[in-house]
Amino acid sequence: MSRRLVVVSGGLSDPSSTRLLADRLGEAAADTLRSRGVEVDVRTVELRAVAHEITNAMLTGFAADELADAQAALAAADGVVAVTPVFSASYSGLFKSFFDVLDRDALSRTPVLLGATAGTGRHSLVLDHALRPLFGYLRASVVPTAVFAASDDWGNDADLGPRIERAGAELADAVLARPEKGDPVAFGDDLPDFETLLRG
Amino acid sequence: MQFGIFTVGDVTQDPTTGRTPSEHERIKSTVAIAEKAEEVGLDVVAFGEHHNPPFAAPANPPVLMANVAARTSTLSLSTATTLITTNDPVRLAEDYAYTQHLADGRLDLMLGRGNTGPVYPWFGRDIRDGIELAIENYALLHRLWREENVDWQGKHRTPLQGFTSTPRPLDGVPPFVWHGSIRSPEIAEQAAYYGDGFFANHIFWPASHTEQMVGLYRRRFEHYGHGRADQAIVGLGGQVYMARNSQDAVREFRPYFDKAPVYGYGPSLEEFTSQTPLTVGSPAQVVERTLSFREYVGDYQRQLFLIDHAGLPLDTVLHQLDLLGEVVAELRPAFEAVRPEHVPSDPPVHPRVAPAPAEEVLA
Repeated sequence: MSRRLVVVSGGLSDPSSTRLLADRLGEAAADTLRSRGVEVDVRTVELRAVAHEITNAMLTGFAADELADAQAALAAADGVVAVTPVFSASYSGLFKSFFDVLDRDALSRTPVLLGATAGTGRHSLVLDHALRPLFGYLRASVVPTAVFAASDDWGNDADLGPRIERAGAELADAVLARPEKGDPVAFGDDLPDFETLLRG
Repeated sequence: MQFGIFTVGDVTQDPTTGRTPSEHERIKSTVAIAEKAEEVGLDVVAFGEHHNPPFAAPANPPVLMANVAARTSTLSLSTATTLITTNDPVRLAEDYAYTQHLADGRLDLMLGRGNTGPVYPWFGRDIRDGIELAIENYALLHRLWREENVDWQGKHRTPLQGFTSTPRPLDGVPPFVWHGSIRSPEIAEQAAYYGDGFFANHIFWPASHTEQMVGLYRRRFEHYGHGRADQAIVGLGGQVYMARNSQDAVREFRPYFDKAPVYGYGPSLEEFTSQTPLTVGSPAQVVERTLSFREYVGDYQRQLFLIDHAGLPLDTVLHQLDLLGEVVAELRPAFEAVRPEHVPSDPPVHPRVAPAPAEEVLA
């Protein structure tokens, strides 16, 4: 058995606490899967690296090069971790733009674990007010625990680790509850015969 | 093989002078461009259909096709595209058949679904029915050109009892139809089912889209028994800007590229030329790039170029046509030299239309 996880980080700085949280969540899910005898392939998508391509895709209508590659990886993912910094009371514009140019069926029924980071804990409801509706629209299967980490939590919050563990385990459960996605069908191969299309 | 140009009739400000042509000017320029195309030895000009600014393209292309047919003698007229979704197929059958008579058979058409969302509601349609409309409307159009006294009932238009579309196609031969789509496999399937042509827009998008659509169309063409996959009738778009010296071409075209509709303010000219089939350079570079298209679509029958958009002034476009005439004179024998014998050089043409110059070149 083998599964593909894709970790999306919307962090802009280096080092980035968003990337740190994303990595921890991805590792937690991967560890749980491995402990159950599942081979895991983890791929990380840093949105900063495709920021120009995301803007170009909005303007031209097609994704080029690395962005196209990242989109294909998401469509083929058995599970996704998506983490954004909070900007102006919501997900960052870059994070939203990445999902705006993604095929709207790409994450359909895919288990997704959400995370967000911010300077203070006052933004924590962003997970429920902004992120869950977005992934609801994409018809993703969002796991119950989403993880928020404010700057303080990296020092003071002894519960951050256990929250990450719990969330990772939930994603692993959700991934195992679904059949392996495998490789996508070749273009046009899932098309009904034309006589069927003609009958409307 | 047929070579030509396609235009969408955009009325765009020239970014180097700030001047925007009037609609009248753009319309007359389109006619002048078509006449010039024949003069430099091209075979086809295809006109877009539009219903909104900033386009001065006909809402019903046969109006323009009839005018150009009267001013030319060998040029074939086509469309890029005719909206099969929002037009009444009965009017399409009648208007294109009438124009086919006026043009003595020098006419075919390319069907598309359109890419302007509000056009659907303007004509009482729903964009979510786009594929369904394309399938139902074409099924009716196809019958109207082949049968008299048609009884028909469908979901999207009023039924017909004993209806005969007039005039009948010239000598009973319906205009050849191409189906165009960038990404919808249903349209490649439709083209294959009827044994019609498939046209890949091929501009503004990566070649990988074209490759997968043409590949699907060819496989299904064979599946439906119209011939071998490599005998399917394929047309491609292309976008070029040329100067004798490639650096001049880049320097001249960049201000138009940077602010162009569709892709302006986005990727750089260099990125876009590597990501899409756009070629900006010398005529020799255009010859080389164009000959490479067959590596991923196979040997094909029609190549159209976009040369008149983004605010390029008429005199520039006419100069581009002079250069394109030279390019095409090189492309014709080069494409035929590598084409297998069992693969047709040309798409089907009306029996009254003289054979394309390709055969003369080879003879």
